[in-house]
Amino acid sequence: MSTTLVTKTADTTATPPAADAKAVLPPAIRIQNISKVFGDFVAVDNVTLDIAAGEFFMIVGPSGCGKTTLLRILAGLEKPSSGSYSITTTPGSQRPENSMVFQGDSLFPWMTVWENAAYGLKMRQAPAAHIKEVVGHYLDRTGLTRFAKSYPHQLSGGMRQRVSIARAFANDPEILLMDEPFSALDAQNKLLLQEELLRIWEEHKKTVLFITHSVDEAVILGDRIMISTAQPGRVKTMVKVPFGRPRNVMELQREPAFGNLVHEIWTSLREEVDRARAQIEMAGK
Amino acid sequence: MSEIAATQPQTKRWTMSEAARDRLINFVSPIALLLLWEVLARVHLIDTRFFPAPSSILQTLVAMLETGELQRHTLTSMRRLAIGMVVGGVPALVIGVTMGLNSVLRAAVDPLISATYPIPKSSILPLALLVFGLGESSKIFMVAIGVFYPIAMNAMTGVREINKIYLDVGHNFKASRWNVFRTIALPGAMPMIMTGVKLGVGMGLVLIAISEMVGAKSGLGYLVWNAWETFSVDQMYVGLFVIALIGFVLTLILNEIEKFVVPWKR
Ligand SMILES: Nc1ncnc2c1ncn2[C@@H]1O[C@H](COP(=O)(O)OP(=O)(O)OP(=O)(O)O)[C@@H](O)[C@H]1O
Ligand SMILES: [Mg+2]
Repeated sequence: MSTTLVTKTADTTATPPAADAKAVLPPAIRIQNISKVFGDFVAVDNVTLDIAAGEFFMIVGPSGCGKTTLLRILAGLEKPSSGSYSITTTPGSQRPENSMVFQGDSLFPWMTVWENAAYGLKMRQAPAAHIKEVVGHYLDRTGLTRFAKSYPHQLSGGMRQRVSIARAFANDPEILLMDEPFSALDAQNKLLLQEELLRIWEEHKKTVLFITHSVDEAVILGDRIMISTAQPGRVKTMVKVPFGRPRNVMELQREPAFGNLVHEIWTSLREEVDRARAQIEMAGK
Repeated sequence: MSEIAATQPQTKRWTMSEAARDRLINFVSPIALLLLWEVLARVHLIDTRFFPAPSSILQTLVAMLETGELQRHTLTSMRRLAIGMVVGGVPALVIGVTMGLNSVLRAAVDPLISATYPIPKSSILPLALLVFGLGESSKIFMVAIGVFYPIAMNAMTGVREINKIYLDVGHNFKASRWNVFRTIALPGAMPMIMTGVKLGVGMGLVLIAISEMVGAKSGLGYLVWNAWETFSVDQMYVGLFVIALIGFVLTLILNEIEKFVVPWKR
């Protein structure tokens, strides 16, 4: 496999005239043959993937299959060993390419809720009035206005995740990268935050790449789900989620079609989870 | 049930909170010690040539305050301490944090710091006198050296111990180098830096006292040394007492500063 340079295209010139613009809208994220090797350990193996603009794209896969690694590559925090990706940016806009909601606690403990949520905007020197308006909006949407002056250690786990989400949304990126943002939460909080996330997302319908362990969550949130193989991570299957939007999470979960889809995905994922476990046991011996 | 309810108010009256009890002990114990000392001195159970009674030390202190001599020495020492702390502390902060962030600089500077750190700072005094002469600069240099090491080393360690995820967040949100320094490295290392500042101030106080004993005509160190040469033991104790008091007050001030610059620590 040849190593190609990572290309980042500010792509519009390639778009043909208005007549058939809709048909050939460039994908928001185009991943081509990306692999990532740590030493001789293959974490991501030749992943090729197009994610459409405005798509809520989910990745499920067993632990250690390279999901975070792929996301970190797209976030520019890691270089692919081979392959390339491009993220389409709106021409002439100052919007950042991506913002990430990290797996685990990533709020700065030394900043208040407000300062944390405003971080991205401050770093790109947005006008103070704009920061005030946008951060105020997202803190309001996440129910954190009252806690604007609190420090992260004064918040519950669910509230901290809300701040992380507000921080990413407030930065107004082209694409959102979310790495298991709800995995550490209890079932009730998870449901609340999923609903909240969907509501916020409906405002602008940004392109989202969302990683999760939970098949339910993948079906609740996603337009399309990629099931990844156990290490090394490859694309195993793609599943389209047929449910319309806006979605009512509680209602959706009661539908038979929901249960069937979850079951179908579980069956496919199950093989990989078992394989991953076998690998771990082998390595243990 | 009713029994417990009845006894509770009574027990409450006789116990006090642990914090209050500790504070009381903190306050009572030095006073008790001073009283014991006074009594032993008055009945000549201890040699008052070496251990004059606290009351006579107090008299000397008042006398020295009246002549203004004590204020003069104290202010001189404090000024040297303050200037030395800035001269040593600010570069230590910048170098330490930058070393924490930049592995190249760390590789270059760390061996120098590690190799010179074990040298007792007081043993550099002759060299400082040689280079800077008997004037102010040699004293300021000594304080600066004492302050530099703990702050630089703690700042470096503090930055290196910052969870990597925060640097990833900074990177993801496109923080410039300066902003990584200002919004992540510095505040993230601040708890360790404050510990370094406290250690440094303690070291600076030791070193200012020592360097004023050699080749100085003013300052609390000079006061103590001069008292030895003239055998004015009372004055010596006054000097020691003021040095201890400065250390105590500085600790209080630094604790307040810490609460202010690290408000996010539980
Ligand atoms: N910097 C690194 N150096 C060496 N190995 C790494 C590094 N980062 C990740 N790995 C390995 O790559 C594999 C994939 O890691 P990754 O974090 O992407 O998994 P994941 O799918 O996100 O798992 P989880 O669901 O548990 O979060 C793991 O086995 C991990 O040990
Ligand atoms: Mg992960």
